[in-house]
Amino acid sequence: MDLELLVLGDTGWGDEMLRAALVTLMVSLSAMSIGLFISIFGTLSKLSNKIYIRVLADAYTTIIRGIPELLVIYLLFFGGSNAIMGLAKLFGYYGYIEINAFIIGSVAVGAISGAYSTEVMRGAFLAIPRGQVDAAKSVGMNKFLIFKRILVPQVLRYALPGLGNVWQLTLKDTALIMVTGLVEIMRQAHVASGSTYSPFTFYITAAILYLILTTASNKVFNSAENWANKGVRRA
Amino acid sequence: MKRFYLTLISVLLTVSASYAGDWSKIKIGTEGAYPPWNGTNAAGELEGAEIDLAMDLCARMNAECELVAQDWDGIIPALQNGKYDAIIAGMSITSERMEVINFSQGYANEPASFSVLKSSPLASLQSAGKVNMDALDNTSSALLDSLKSTLDGKVVGVQGSTTHENFVKQVLGDSVTMKSYDTQQNLELDLTAGRIDAALSDKGSMEEFMSSDNGQNITFIGPGLGGGPFGGGVGAGLRKADTDLLEMINKAIDEARADGTLAEHFIKWFGKDISM
Amino acid sequence: MNYELMIDTFPKLLGGSYITIQLVTISLFIGFCLAIGLALLRLSNNYFLNFFAKTYVFYFRGTPLLVQIFLIYYGIAQFEVVRESLAWIFFKEAYWCGILALTLNTCAYSSEIIRGGIQSVPFGQIESARSTGMSRFLLYRRIILPIAFRQALPAYGNEMILMVKATSLVSTITIMDITGIARLVIAKTFSPVEIFIAAGLIYLTINFIITRLISYCEFKLTPYLQKSE
Repeated sequence: MDLELLVLGDTGWGDEMLRAALVTLMVSLSAMSIGLFISIFGTLSKLSNKIYIRVLADAYTTIIRGIPELLVIYLLFFGGSNAIMGLAKLFGYYGYIEINAFIIGSVAVGAISGAYSTEVMRGAFLAIPRGQVDAAKSVGMNKFLIFKRILVPQVLRYALPGLGNVWQLTLKDTALIMVTGLVEIMRQAHVASGSTYSPFTFYITAAILYLILTTASNKVFNSAENWANKGVRRA
Repeated sequence: MKRFYLTLISVLLTVSASYAGDWSKIKIGTEGAYPPWNGTNAAGELEGAEIDLAMDLCARMNAECELVAQDWDGIIPALQNGKYDAIIAGMSITSERMEVINFSQGYANEPASFSVLKSSPLASLQSAGKVNMDALDNTSSALLDSLKSTLDGKVVGVQGSTTHENFVKQVLGDSVTMKSYDTQQNLELDLTAGRIDAALSDKGSMEEFMSSDNGQNITFIGPGLGGGPFGGGVGAGLRKADTDLLEMINKAIDEARADGTLAEHFIKWFGKDISM
Repeated sequence: MNYELMIDTFPKLLGGSYITIQLVTISLFIGFCLAIGLALLRLSNNYFLNFFAKTYVFYFRGTPLLVQIFLIYYGIAQFEVVRESLAWIFFKEAYWCGILALTLNTCAYSSEIIRGGIQSVPFGQIESARSTGMSRFLLYRRIILPIAFRQALPAYGNEMILMVKATSLVSTITIMDITGIARLVIAKTFSPVEIFIAAGLIYLTINFIITRLISYCEFKLTPYLQKSE
């Protein structure tokens, strides 16, 4: 293993790898946020009384979780611009529209992450005893207050461990958006190993960077769980 | 509401200013994994003969250019999607590709050749002669036949979605096992590792590899191949609709050829003049 | 959208599903066997065995599968020692490198699922089994593993589906599975969206079948859900 390849500056790939790690972190964060945003609607739709809304939400989670992440990303990468250009044509814009690789990567991984988050959130929602909502109603709380005081705090607590897993999944899935040309850890390692013919050096570096990211974020989630479980009585 | 959506869209997306006629800004897609045509250096920047050429052509067209790296197997779909406006990535002009995109005039031509490990039994086949697949005569047919019989039953590697892949599929067919790689560099890695018996690629990029520490034990075998599935030289790929850009690039290439800079770019990176 | 192209491509892609299913079955089978061992190590009181299992799971769950595949395929081949050893017979083939990466990966995830299953066995059941004089082996065979298996089944079903999807990544190392063939077709037709949708449908079908099989097993293994005649 040739460590000279990893020096910082223009003669080595060290600084490029570190910058790529930052991009991985950023794209994971924005994908996770998009996923959480989707999951709010996904959960509400899955719990809806209207059957067609439920079917739609079920179709989303089933399809996304049933086809390989790589294909989801390819489809959004190649099909996404076309779809948006088609949309723009409705508004009278006929030029080419290019979606920046960061956004398309975040949206693609976000869509995947959202499907898993939806399942986690739904589970957490259903874990809240019905009696609590009834009790809240009986003391005269309105819908919003029930949502804010009863549901959200508990859903968060129940969902946190699951969301921690989704985060790990999301972080690792960002490796696949190398195919969109976004220079994150995996793409940088791929380019560098190609240019230097030292695949082991760069892929092991990539692995270490991912381990650092997953371990550090694990710590964050653990302390978040502790915080959310404050005041829960334990046997 | 319409205005709101348009604003939203333009905030979220980079709307490339590619109205017909306005080519003051041009995005150029390249692979960045195909030295010395187009590679990536340790500073993370694109470099190579085609990078220099692209910048040169842009200056001649009075355009501001941005280079975009794109994996090879999606390089044509991404052009059609508008991710960039032109491909300058060592792409051979072939009739298959002409069905979906336009090409500028050719600016370089480099024959393809098989390469093997020097220690391989296949290395006994001399690297000699030239075969033009469009005009096969007795001599070149004989060369091709000896190549075919040498490679019979072997594992041959190529980069996927290339003219080399087409040649192996069309000419060698089932007589060999073909393996397709995402990049030329990974193909080279597996050739040195001995996972494949022979690799088919253009001579220039393989020569670059042979001159590095890792490629010392690689040698060419058989004739230099051109024409037919290999197409007629390397050109810039453009969308069918952008005929004005096509004219501009053709004119810029003419100028670069006339004052000798076209040849210079290739001499600088290849050590030989492969311009056309 | 070119539907004709999608229909024409279907048979070609189906040809690749043979390799996909092969990869999934082999790596799931070996991975599961190894995972039982790993889960037992993880539950053992021996510090070193426990540490080994923990590190293994930490590494394989903490890094993307794509990195693991590239490390095994391109990374290991970088060393001449490996290329000159007997192990090269194995590592030379992309197919076996793919199987190895998938197996090691699923082993890490499955071992955690099995561990969860074993830990979910109510202590009272173990105690009463012991009180009837069952040996350790019998205890595992009759009480712990069956209950653990039932508990772990839904999670393992998910893991199976994740593995089907994961196999698409081996197309990056020259293996011609469904995705690999899809790439090959795209190289000729330049229409990624149609081809990838067709490929997606095949994966979806495979996963649908697995889901149905798993829920059937769950139903069969949960006696109180079955109507008494």
